[in-house]
Amino acid sequence: MRAPTSELPILFEDVGVDAKDVRILSEVTLALRAGAPTVLIGPNGSGKTTVLRLAMGLLAPSGGRITWCGRDRTDGRRLAMVSQRPVMLRRSTFANVTYALGAAGVAWARRNDRAEELLARVGLSNQAARPARRLSGGEQQRLALARALARDPEVLCLDEPTASLDPANTKAVEEIVTAIAASGVKVLMATHDLGQARRLAGNVVLLVGGRICEQAPAPQFFSSPATPEAAAFMRGDLVI
Amino acid sequence: MAQDPTALALVLGGDATLYAIVQLSLMVSLAATALAALVGLPLGAYIALVQFPGRPFVIVVMNAFMGLPPVVVGLAVYLLLSRSGPLGFLGILFTPRAMIIAQALLVMPIIAALTRQTIEDLWVEYRDELTAMRVGPFARILTLIWDARFSLVTALLAGFGRAAAEVGTVMIVGGNIDGFTRTMTTAIALETSKGDLALAMGLGIVLIALIIVVNAAAWGIRRVGELRAG
Repeated sequence: MRAPTSELPILFEDVGVDAKDVRILSEVTLALRAGAPTVLIGPNGSGKTTVLRLAMGLLAPSGGRITWCGRDRTDGRRLAMVSQRPVMLRRSTFANVTYALGAAGVAWARRNDRAEELLARVGLSNQAARPARRLSGGEQQRLALARALARDPEVLCLDEPTASLDPANTKAVEEIVTAIAASGVKVLMATHDLGQARRLAGNVVLLVGGRICEQAPAPQFFSSPATPEAAAFMRGDLVI
Repeated sequence: MAQDPTALALVLGGDATLYAIVQLSLMVSLAATALAALVGLPLGAYIALVQFPGRPFVIVVMNAFMGLPPVVVGLAVYLLLSRSGPLGFLGILFTPRAMIIAQALLVMPIIAALTRQTIEDLWVEYRDELTAMRVGPFARILTLIWDARFSLVTALLAGFGRAAAEVGTVMIVGGNIDGFTRTMTTAIALETSKGDLALAMGLGIVLIALIIVVNAAAWGIRRVGELRAG
């Protein structure tokens, strides 16, 4: 069996994205390296999801260059993503995970044991037999994390994973994300919840209008923002 | 309606002629639906998921073929299977096999068109998730067919209903041979023209009952599926 290739670092060099003559991302230069989570913050439409999709290799840049550990392409084997409203397959909770394991190429014989491990990891062991679509929003988000972990990812992209959750479920998801990051998985997360960024981020990237306004280690970003946009964003002003 | 009691007596009394016709009709229509599903389900899913030149034209033609005139299909199959036709060497004209093929051709566009619509709708929902999971094209088709299975029951049911209720195709390629290729619908047409309304009505009762039972079963399957799979 071929040894999995590394994806890190993921380097964005002057990346731009156009969609139907509209510039949605401009001159993005960003280095995603192993270590603490990188959190993308910014208002709606600032390009956070586009950056995640580019990092996943799901979207090709219109300009600039992206490399995964020096390669211009990724097969995505060790990249996983959880969206804001993950779609649950019309199967049981358990079958959703075994499906993801199958898609990740895990041998048939190992899938059940691995699925049990993953469900335990996200606290859904007792929901294994339930139809996934009947889980609560928070449970669905945790199941989506379990499915993402089925790929044994080196990089996990999270697109506002708690945007529609209450505080209790947000806390549960954040604890899982923290544990995932602590296990060595590089977490790249988009959020416009500043409090969440404070709690989880190792590095912060502020996007406004499709451009990076500021990127810095989290303590530095929150203690002394270098740009007026970052300062305004932290004050809670409307940044457009 | 002086014939009614006799028709009911035939049905309730287990008349051998009547039930032989019912058995053959069921066998032909179920086999035709299964054959059509074998082609129509993956074809519909493929067209739903894969972009290719002329796709809109294919979709329009497929939708139009849902309303194919049965006699035209019967005629085409007759010409193919007749002794001088390209498939005449098979020697299956005026047999149940020919009837199955003809009905399958009639039903396949219905199953394919309804499958395409169902799978296309589900794909809109699943696209980002399956793309992020790097699920390949073939596995996508299988996944979507499986996850839409309870909705696709409706497509199969529509196909079966069309097969069970049609007369023209099986009349042309089956020949309505007594005890061999006579189905419920061809028998009803024949017995009515002969004035034997009892058998015709008896078969009509069975045909309607059958359609109700199949619909009820499909509804039940769908309901159980929704409860179990969400």
